[in-house]
Amino acid sequence: MSNGVAPLSSQLASSEAAQAVSVQNLRKSFGSLEVLKGVSLSAKEGDVISILGASGSGKSTMLRCINMLEVPDSGEIRIGGETIGLRKGRKGMEPADQRQVDRIRSRVAMVFQSFNLWSHMTILENVIEAPVHVQKRPKAECIAEAEELLAKVGIVDKRNQYPSHLSGGQQQRAAIARALAMHPKVMLFDEPTSALDPELVGEVLRVMRSLAEEGRTMLVVTHEMGFARDVSNRVVFLHKGVVEEEGAPAEVFEAPKSERFKQFISSHR
Amino acid sequence: MDFAFMWDAFLTLLSGVPLTLNLAFMAVGLGAVLAMLLALMRMSGLKVLDWPAQAYVFVFRGTPLLVQIFLIYYGLGQFRPTLQEWGLWVFFREPYWCAVLALTLNTAAYASEIMRGGLQSVPHNQVEAARACGMSGFLLYRRVVFPIAVRQALPAYGSEIILMVKATSLASVITMMEVTGLAAKLISQTFRAIEVFVVAGLIYLIMNFIITRIIMAIEWWLSPHLRRPPAVEPRLEAAHV
Repeated sequence: MSNGVAPLSSQLASSEAAQAVSVQNLRKSFGSLEVLKGVSLSAKEGDVISILGASGSGKSTMLRCINMLEVPDSGEIRIGGETIGLRKGRKGMEPADQRQVDRIRSRVAMVFQSFNLWSHMTILENVIEAPVHVQKRPKAECIAEAEELLAKVGIVDKRNQYPSHLSGGQQQRAAIARALAMHPKVMLFDEPTSALDPELVGEVLRVMRSLAEEGRTMLVVTHEMGFARDVSNRVVFLHKGVVEEEGAPAEVFEAPKSERFKQFISSHR
Repeated sequence: MDFAFMWDAFLTLLSGVPLTLNLAFMAVGLGAVLAMLLALMRMSGLKVLDWPAQAYVFVFRGTPLLVQIFLIYYGLGQFRPTLQEWGLWVFFREPYWCAVLALTLNTAAYASEIMRGGLQSVPHNQVEAARACGMSGFLLYRRVVFPIAVRQALPAYGSEIILMVKATSLASVITMMEVTGLAAKLISQTFRAIEVFVVAGLIYLIMNFIITRIIMAIEWWLSPHLRRPPAVEPRLEAAHV
């Protein structure tokens, strides 16, 4: 496990300026179960990082810590150079300043496994909700932009329908449009294709690939080996709460150093 | 059956409808505010708030409304000097305000449970999506939690409104001349119980029919997402990605 840490720290020293996300020594327990045992990770602007691991390895928890949907027990999270303040609360750690968390969340968009679109709003209303009510941008501007984004993900004809009227793949593309509408600096994807029927996975992956090609900073928890290998520029493999293997996809897939990662790849082929 | 008499009775009892609706809507309106407070207390996760709210609901759901009305109207009369001292007697000496208070306190207990059910049924993942967008506090409640909770709670809340319209008939025992009060008075003058009560029942039925329709219309208006989608719009040029 030490082999992943050394290149990371040298990277940190060389490119502090263009850091989009930096996670240092993150620890998180649920009850007596320690899910993250000191995970570090950093993403420069434009990085597309695939986070792999078996279920229970802590990959989703780590992603959810980045926008404080889970509050880590210890460690440091920096988004665009700004450290998220934490303090001891009544029940463990809590954010020191909710306004800071809200501000950071409005720039770190998240795409969820089960889409999590708001069921009482149309697709268009879902997309403009945060820009209008959180970022307080003019509504007309947001609508025009939302329609462009919906066209980009190929569902502009569904804009006045409700999430329950769409297929899973369409809902996930709508959720991606909703994330993009906030002009995020970083996008977090939490197993975005895991809840989809196999024939719908491709349409979502195509959209994600186009985002990567635009140079967006993306952290993607996924089981899609093809995406990790072809689209991301770095792969992080978590095992039992620690970074077990890390590197460029060409290196780690061709010559994995960790025995467990070897097993993982062969079982996901 | 004497239909001419029944028609006269109908016109007489009709003059009680405004008071019946007044009592019902005052109680439902004020009760909703109290109920929301109770529901939030129960969901606060703080024992000091949760516990009194639970006790309140237990007492007001567990005792008859008629007993509550008697306690407020007759019972509080025993404390007249104290209430006068506090300047509350002007309020408690009026049967109207006693009836409104009893109905309000009673409906709040039921409505708070309906609202709590609605709030708890808001899918966690939709709340999480809102948080992840930077929403918190009142904005989160106003834009996501309440709109979803209202849609979940409305059918049960509609029943509660209808129950309240009927419960106003109990106010007749503390001299309120609403529909049932007028009916009782008419019977004491004519001794024609069947005709008068059939007409009274019919009036409640008509009121509740209209209220049910209004609630159904609101439900329909709030839930386009539960109906079949409209015919697909002409497909605009969708850029392929």
